[in-house]
Amino acid sequence: MTTQSQASAFAYAPAPESRAVVDIAPSYGLFIDGEFAEAAEGKVFKTVSPSSEEVLSEVARAGEADVERAVRAARKAFEKWSALPGSERAKYLFRIARIIQERSRELAVLETLDNGKPIRETRDADLPLVAAHFFYYAGWADKLGHAGYGADPRPLGVAGQVIPWNFPLLMLAWKIAPALATGNTVVLKPAETTPLSALFFADICRQAGLPRGVVNILPGYGDAGAALVAHPDVNKVAFTGSTAVGKEIARTVAGTRKKLTLELGGKGANIVFDDAPLDQAVEGIVNGIFFNQGQVCCAGSRLLVQESVEDELLDALKRRLGTLRLGDPLDKNTDIGAINSAEQLARITSLVEAGEAEGAERWSPACELPSAGYWFAPTLFTNVTQAHTVARDEIFGPVLSVLTFRTPDEAVAKANNTPYGLSAGIWTEKGSRILAVANKLRAGVVWSNTFNKFDPTSPFGGYKESGFGREGGRHGLEAYLDV
Amino acid sequence: MPTAPTAPALGDVTASDSTLRRFLHGLPGVDPVGLEARAASLGTRSIKTTAKAYAIDLAISMVDLTTLEGADTPGKVRALGVKAVRPDPTDRQTPATAAVCVYPDMVAVAKEAVAGSPVKVASVATAFPAGRAALGVKLADVHDAVAAGADEIDMVIDRGAFLAGRYLKVYEEIVAVKEACGPAARLKVIFETGELSTYDNIRRASWLGMLAGADFIKTSTGKVAVNATPANTLLMLEAVRDFRAQTGVQIGVKPAGGIRTTKDALKFLVLVNETAGADWLDNHWFRFGASSLLNDLLMQRQKLATGRYSGPDYVTVD
Repeated sequence: MTTQSQASAFAYAPAPESRAVVDIAPSYGLFIDGEFAEAAEGKVFKTVSPSSEEVLSEVARAGEADVERAVRAARKAFEKWSALPGSERAKYLFRIARIIQERSRELAVLETLDNGKPIRETRDADLPLVAAHFFYYAGWADKLGHAGYGADPRPLGVAGQVIPWNFPLLMLAWKIAPALATGNTVVLKPAETTPLSALFFADICRQAGLPRGVVNILPGYGDAGAALVAHPDVNKVAFTGSTAVGKEIARTVAGTRKKLTLELGGKGANIVFDDAPLDQAVEGIVNGIFFNQGQVCCAGSRLLVQESVEDELLDALKRRLGTLRLGDPLDKNTDIGAINSAEQLARITSLVEAGEAEGAERWSPACELPSAGYWFAPTLFTNVTQAHTVARDEIFGPVLSVLTFRTPDEAVAKANNTPYGLSAGIWTEKGSRILAVANKLRAGVVWSNTFNKFDPTSPFGGYKESGFGREGGRHGLEAYLDV
Repeated sequence: MPTAPTAPALGDVTASDSTLRRFLHGLPGVDPVGLEARAASLGTRSIKTTAKAYAIDLAISMVDLTTLEGADTPGKVRALGVKAVRPDPTDRQTPATAAVCVYPDMVAVAKEAVAGSPVKVASVATAFPAGRAALGVKLADVHDAVAAGADEIDMVIDRGAFLAGRYLKVYEEIVAVKEACGPAARLKVIFETGELSTYDNIRRASWLGMLAGADFIKTSTGKVAVNATPANTLLMLEAVRDFRAQTGVQIGVKPAGGIRTTKDALKFLVLVNETAGADWLDNHWFRFGASSLLNDLLMQRQKLATGRYSGPDYVTVD
């Protein structure tokens, strides 16, 4: 048998992806009517790298006047854009998709720098999906008459879109690709902590020769988002983010003729039955809650495990967590990157403290956290009940709450006993059980024997406080068509 | 009926065909999509500089340098033995391989070629590669190899009996072969995973082999279309990890066939490191069954040492 010192010799040497592939300018403007421009009020804000707190760039901060300008540009562009034959719009979208593929290495590094997520994820998950969304909706652009929304469905007009910081470029793709395919024009506000990839996307729009004003990007804070949502000349509002903000948007939009889709929080249940493929279930649980440091609205943040396999599964899960590699997100071997911002880290920390105070048992693998940046070790809570805060509130961090059940009915009852309903997972070798349980779960996506799998052809959206409307797939077209 | 000392933690699961079947079919299932996805994701680990140098030397030390051809001659086997002891004559720091693996009639020649070195001689006894012979014939094969000095016996299981669900027959054969190996020779049990066809079968075969007293479980003979893959090796590593957790007994793993490049070998070492754990990162517990892998490892080793690629003429042909 090897000794410990021999064993530790297979420590992977650092394998950092090069930063040289991306050229970040010291400052960026707003992207309005095909041009980069300063904010009307001249305000700027800094965007930092969450893994090092290094300032990456200074970005113009949009205000009300900028929203006005951008919406006007989008309105003007709508006339021509919506009148183009679908096959013409498709050409632009295909071109954008191809440019994204060509520049994917650059965009992956940029996203990792600005967001803090591992390069392994931006390279292998985010960027391929971003390109796939544009390709997919490019394919729909000239086939809208066959989508099941009438022979000649019409676009809505100007879409005001507000996206979160957890998948900056992917959420942009989810919003912009179907909007453009259906003939709408767009004003999009990226999150204040992750504006860079959207600004690079603006450059891609220019590279693709997209007509001026079809896509406008307004980096900024909540005030800019609120102004955009409230703007009377916006016909469609799409928002992905927190439930609290979603409710506010719903209030703003209520009584207007704006169409609205909301994709909000979640507290997904990952249900493991005793006949599950356990090794793969462990991987699915890890992927479900530690992907993107758990900053995923459809994260499987509640593990519901059948009592008879609880010990076995928890042992396996703890052993597996011990092999997760936390650190420099640009290192190709990093599994867990940085938390996106100091605010988010504070929120995770306070919810975890609440969990401990309420008597849930906290566990983390031995794990050294870097001294600079925002970091949180992968964390498990056991002895959790439905009444614990960590079983009810969305933590949006690498924190898994473990609950148990004895019968399928109990599993379903507990899984549904949440204000949210975005995602769920079922792990069992029994096909009939998958179907029976999936039918009873009130969640927009139910994965079986897998988790966090995305595809542009598959609709995504929530029940209850997780929002309404669907993105992706044929269903995703409806939100941007007058049907 | 000879019985292996079954670990008490598992109870007497080998008492009858039906208890054995119940046990093997009660093992957790394997989801093929998830298994292959996990193997692929571990394959993206980036092993550079010092880690790569360490891993290449480790991989060389784990090679069972193999020749299993009808055309094998004493001269060829001698050459193999010399190469196993000193893989790179230009750099004496290069570790020796773990073993040379030959047919039973070549054991004596191989033994002489590696004499005085730590290199072991492994022999594929038991009517390799089909295993389609009477038990007496297989045992005679094993006795011959052991008598000629084999340190390790690589046996093939009766896939026909396994696929027919006659697990006890397979079990008893392994037990009998293990007994024929005696205390001196370690037993590697080859499942021919490509013929077992499903991952569930591979997991069951792994447990069956371990219950019967295998010292190593090995993917394949290298003689069929599908041999060692990252996924089936990952699955077998999970099996030895779980077996040790339940019984305290550590079993080795040997993927064989189709591993030709350093890049592939490093992926397998990552699988070992992150699945079974560092305790298996040693040639007592992990081997590569390969014939052409060694030269690629040597070329990569030279590249790391000199900063330049050499070429096939800078390593020996056999």
